[in-house]
Amino acid sequence: MIELRQVHFAYEEKPVLNNISFNIEDGEALVIMGPSGSGKSTILRLILGLEVPQRGEIIIDGENISELREADKREIRKNIGMVFQQGALFDSLTVGENVGYYLLEHTKLPLHEISDRVGKMLGFVGLNTYEIINKLPEQLSGGMQRRVAIGRALLSTDPKIMLYDEPTTGLDPQATSNVIHLINKLHDERQICSIMVTHQIADALAVGDRFVVVVEGEVAFDGTLEHLRDSQDPRVLAFLAPFRESFDRVHHIKFA
Amino acid sequence: MKMIYALFGRPFYWAETKEQMYLIGVKSLFLIILTGVFAGMGFALAFAVELADFGAKNYLGRIMAISIVRELGPVLSGLMIAARVAAGITAEIGAMKSSDQLDAMVAFGIDPMKKVVVPRLISLMVMVPSLTVVMDVIAIIGGWFVASFVSNVSSNLYWSTVREKLIFGNMFLGLLKPAAFSLIIASISCYKGFTSEGGTKGVGRATTESVVLSSITILIVNFFITKVIFATIKGYL
Repeated sequence: MIELRQVHFAYEEKPVLNNISFNIEDGEALVIMGPSGSGKSTILRLILGLEVPQRGEIIIDGENISELREADKREIRKNIGMVFQQGALFDSLTVGENVGYYLLEHTKLPLHEISDRVGKMLGFVGLNTYEIINKLPEQLSGGMQRRVAIGRALLSTDPKIMLYDEPTTGLDPQATSNVIHLINKLHDERQICSIMVTHQIADALAVGDRFVVVVEGEVAFDGTLEHLRDSQDPRVLAFLAPFRESFDRVHHIKFA
Repeated sequence: MKMIYALFGRPFYWAETKEQMYLIGVKSLFLIILTGVFAGMGFALAFAVELADFGAKNYLGRIMAISIVRELGPVLSGLMIAARVAAGITAEIGAMKSSDQLDAMVAFGIDPMKKVVVPRLISLMVMVPSLTVVMDVIAIIGGWFVASFVSNVSSNLYWSTVREKLIFGNMFLGLLKPAAFSLIIASISCYKGFTSEGGTKGVGRATTESVVLSSITILIVNFFITKVIFATIKGYL
């Protein structure tokens, strides 16, 4: 379980998050939404321990990650997979080396064993292993890069928590659908807790069991789809207004 | 300080270090040879003309050895490597930062200091002094070419006077400086890469700052090393 307690965070003088509190249960699919610059990605960085809040606590399985030493944070991170915006694949490594990165760095497994696991993982994320394993990330489409990034995160430590930072931004509808399908597959088949940051309402509704709306660094909403639809908070209404039509359509499809 | 601290303890990324040694050392070799040949010939030509006015052309080898080993070799090597390598290191690290690759490393339990910085630091500490020795040798050979074929100084005389000045003090100074320059290049270029902000524009700005700052710092530190060490080991020079 992850719990954020009254978290305040600022980059130098610029406040980003103000008194953020919510929790995420094991196996839950939580979507963090909000306009650009509202601090959504920073929440993921705080959960992963890449940033330390000025005030507040981030409790992961009983440990406050922001108070831990770097070596102890590494232990916590073993349970967390992160898919960064744009994938953040290592551009000097091949697809195979990217996916097998953790195993190559942290284990003494023989190369053929790592290669087998990489092949299986690429297959799992819906990619043709033999076609792409020796390619460089720049030779792949955006959608393929995201799927490779998901595969890399999964092959690291068999994570219990997956963090997705705008995983569909910049992708065409087909690639978006593939990535969303993969996120749902992981959540459903492996019971991995998914935390996705997005401002794409359709993607949010396709993935989330629960929704947190962050506006100007504050939690404006925390609840289920029904509550989100009925929310009268002016900040939530303002955020959803441009998407109201697609929101209603997707909601209708999802619950029809 | 973090960079120096990261030098010690495990893990040590030997493959990355070897790759960086190749990129920094072998790939800079042609540039260093070219610079050394023409700098050495140019210096020899200028000195030979001036020395001839005093009937002291026979001292060309001594002057070449002193000026190249103590000053010209280390400074020119430092500046050339700063221009070529510092720009590359800052741009590479800056691009990794802006595309979240450094954060991805941390997420996978890798310390970017050890994985990215230490291999470059060690490679520079090995390769800058090595390339300086190459530069010294090539520049002195360039000087010999001018001495023999342009200024009519005999080869034997040139080489014997060069050897007279290839003594401990000069060699020590000539190797201490590139060791210091390697630290300067590594620390400035890595720092500028890690602190670059503002996407590709920011990386470009950081790259320029890295080269300019490294070059200026090399010239300033060169002066102070000469000043301090010259006073300390004057008896050995």
